[in-house]
Amino acid sequence: MGKPMRIRAKADNGVTTVRALMAHVMEGGQRKDSSGKVIPAHHITDITASHNGKVVLSAQWGSAVSQNPFLAFSFKGGAAGDKVALTWKDNKGDSRTDEVTIA
Amino acid sequence: MNTTRRQVIKTTGVLGTLVSLGIITQAQALAADERPGFSTKSFADAVNALGGSPTNSADIILDTPDIAENGAVVPVGAESKIPGTTDMWFLIEKNPYPLAAGFSFPAGTSTDVKTRVKMGQTTNVTVVVKADGKLYANSKETKVTLGGCGG
Repeated sequence: MGKPMRIRAKADNGVTTVRALMAHVMEGGQRKDSSGKVIPAHHITDITASHNGKVVLSAQWGSAVSQNPFLAFSFKGGAAGDKVALTWKDNKGDSRTDEVTIA
Repeated sequence: MNTTRRQVIKTTGVLGTLVSLGIITQAQALAADERPGFSTKSFADAVNALGGSPTNSADIILDTPDIAENGAVVPVGAESKIPGTTDMWFLIEKNPYPLAAGFSFPAGTSTDVKTRVKMGQTTNVTVVVKADGKLYANSKETKVTLGGCGG
């Protein structure tokens, strides 16, 4: 279990904009530590966003996404009070889901 | 039903051989099916894994910086104005693994996303879009003054 994500979801004229910051090291598997050993890759591979249980965005990420990843997207529909949930999974089998209420 | 079974056996066979030869690791073999393109190390291979040669299109609007001071955090975004867009991929041409991220849009979701990626050096950021089963692409160069892929 990683640290909580910071998610903001805002409805405006029938379109909901979601912005999220996830806490993750996103180690690319290219860097070396001080003894010259490669630090193994550890990054988010899959993301799913849902609105009231319906999937509104799914994503697959490689190792090139930055540390503590940022993601912004928007979808039609969604009203203040609805729930938006975001789930990530990483290549070590860890996952986390956080939910926010649309403002 | 039999075909599926055949395919499963065939795929396991081929991948199994590659694993035993040590060409690819088991993790990569498992990942190969679900995540096309992410394990490829060249830009051309990554595009091929997505389904071949995309047509250039100015209807893909790239929101990438001209100059990125820090290659570890490069804000990238793109919007596809092509009707019927279902998928979008971000590729960083000269990265060790060019395919950075892929997004799938169900109906009703704007085909407009933003995220942040790492860039090893000055190169083209290419966005490939799938609309009605066809591939389109647009790219733009971002100059990186400090690489972000370690080393």
